[in-house]
Amino acid sequence: MNITEKILAKAAGLDQAEPGQIIEVNVDAAFTVEKQGPLFFDEFRKMGLTIWDKEKAIILVDHGTPPSKIMDANLITDTIQFAKEYELPLYNSEGICHQIMPEKGYILPGFAYVGTDSHTTTYGALGAFSTGLGATEMAWVFNKGSIWMKVPSSILIQIDGELPKHVYGKDVALAVMALLGPDGASYKAIEYRGSSIRQLSMDSRFSLCNMAVEAGAKNGIIEADEKAIAYVKERSNREFQAVHSDPDAVYDKVYHIDGAKLAPMVAKPGGSQHSVPVDEAEGVPFTRALLGTCTNGRMEDFRIAREIIKGKKVSPDVRLQVIPGSRAIYKQCIEEGIVQDFLEAGAIWCNPQCGPCAGGHYGLLGKGEVCLSTSNRNMVGRMGDPTSEVYLTSPAVVAASVISGRITDPRKI
Amino acid sequence: MKIHNKVFGVYGSDVAAEQIASSKYVTAVTPEGLAKACMKDIDVMFHEKLNNGKIMVAAQNFGCNSSREWAPRALKFSGVELVIADSFARIFFRNAINIGFPIIECEDICQFCEEGDELDVDLSTGLIQNLTRKTEKKGTVLPDFLLDIMTVGGLLGKLKAEIEEKSSVAYAGESEGKPE
Repeated sequence: MNITEKILAKAAGLDQAEPGQIIEVNVDAAFTVEKQGPLFFDEFRKMGLTIWDKEKAIILVDHGTPPSKIMDANLITDTIQFAKEYELPLYNSEGICHQIMPEKGYILPGFAYVGTDSHTTTYGALGAFSTGLGATEMAWVFNKGSIWMKVPSSILIQIDGELPKHVYGKDVALAVMALLGPDGASYKAIEYRGSSIRQLSMDSRFSLCNMAVEAGAKNGIIEADEKAIAYVKERSNREFQAVHSDPDAVYDKVYHIDGAKLAPMVAKPGGSQHSVPVDEAEGVPFTRALLGTCTNGRMEDFRIAREIIKGKKVSPDVRLQVIPGSRAIYKQCIEEGIVQDFLEAGAIWCNPQCGPCAGGHYGLLGKGEVCLSTSNRNMVGRMGDPTSEVYLTSPAVVAASVISGRITDPRKI
Repeated sequence: MKIHNKVFGVYGSDVAAEQIASSKYVTAVTPEGLAKACMKDIDVMFHEKLNNGKIMVAAQNFGCNSSREWAPRALKFSGVELVIADSFARIFFRNAINIGFPIIECEDICQFCEEGDELDVDLSTGLIQNLTRKTEKKGTVLPDFLLDIMTVGGLLGKLKAEIEEKSSVAYAGESEGKPE
């Protein structure tokens, strides 16, 4: 069995699990957020349901906080109320779910996790199975601690070789998107392996697994190595067992990528499958930039961007919005002087949240505006008006580009 | 489970969940609020077209990206009775079944029918009949387990049924006058 099959079999109390099999998976933790939870809270109350484990059903307010719309304000109030009523862990405006869940030590290798957000695939970076669900089924999970799932078949992406300068997890993710397309991994697991993957920092691995869902994948996963285990041990004292794919594990498809040949990537508007090496997008003008989100709102991202931007100025034509992934990251950025350097460069520094990435609020794009963003989606209308355009890229490319207001290769700075 | 109606719209591939119910347009997570925002970035005529039929047809990867349950809810509350697509993205697929919103996968469905065609669809057998063109085609039948969830009105419907069953068993136990 491969790692995904092994984790799912164990979580379902089975010795074996094979692709296509429908099983009832016991999850180790589950979460919902203010945009989705309120869809099931009332029914949950009305039906008199109880929570399966009060320490493992987690509530977050992260998508649109502080709210810019009355609807969001009401959703937030309802969410906080539900957490209090059922005495559940609540992270109110402390950060984006996909940063908070691993950061607070909820995620351990070898277990299964679900959340009402599609980018829940992020925690595969720790050798865990994790995937996004809808609101109604989260009511079921909160009550039973389990959910039906079809065991996915897996795609293996093997990347070897030393990654060149300014190639990070995000660039690998965009290169994989160009390879697989928007449904190339539909209903499947993506397993990443190889020396290039081991070379990636944890922050870069989160970024890579975060985007697995963009190819339609159920989960993205990397076997936990010493880096992943160290990350977990700093945050949790619970016991766990790292899971590895068997040498004879079966895959639907195996791709080999030469890591040494990868370049910083940029996804052109209309979908992350339109990813190209940065030199094919160089010179494209833009007036909005976003650095942050659940894809690239971590320490590595801000440190890299700061190295490039320190002592320089953001073009007066560009509005650069910076959003840290969590309060802890925000504090660390203050301590390291990163916030100071960005403010001096002319950036807008925001509180931790999802911000304008999902088109909810706080920095939306108007007619025809072009944004260079470290987020994960750029389909038509994602961040605002249907005529606006979003280019996706890494923090290094954003930092290098905001100085001139044109897409720039960070290796040339 | 059978659905008989006309096709009101045929859409392309990769219609994203967040384009079906975009955060930009949703001002209330009520049935009316979600319906009002439905499909705005994809088809401004969406609601007008719904006067001509209740079956929606699309190509591949329908409902991709976002996990938002807003998407199938918005379609359901707009009055859509069924979506037939070449394929569905997995979270949309789960959400639709889990809220009891009928969907069926069928290869090359966009070539099989067009706007205005009258269809007869049997979800239990997968048979899709085009009454206008007098042709038929087979869609993918859901496993019984999922068809069950969809038919009882979704996962909460199933949970309700379970609870009722349990309490009626408990009640039956009491009425038998067991000593403990």
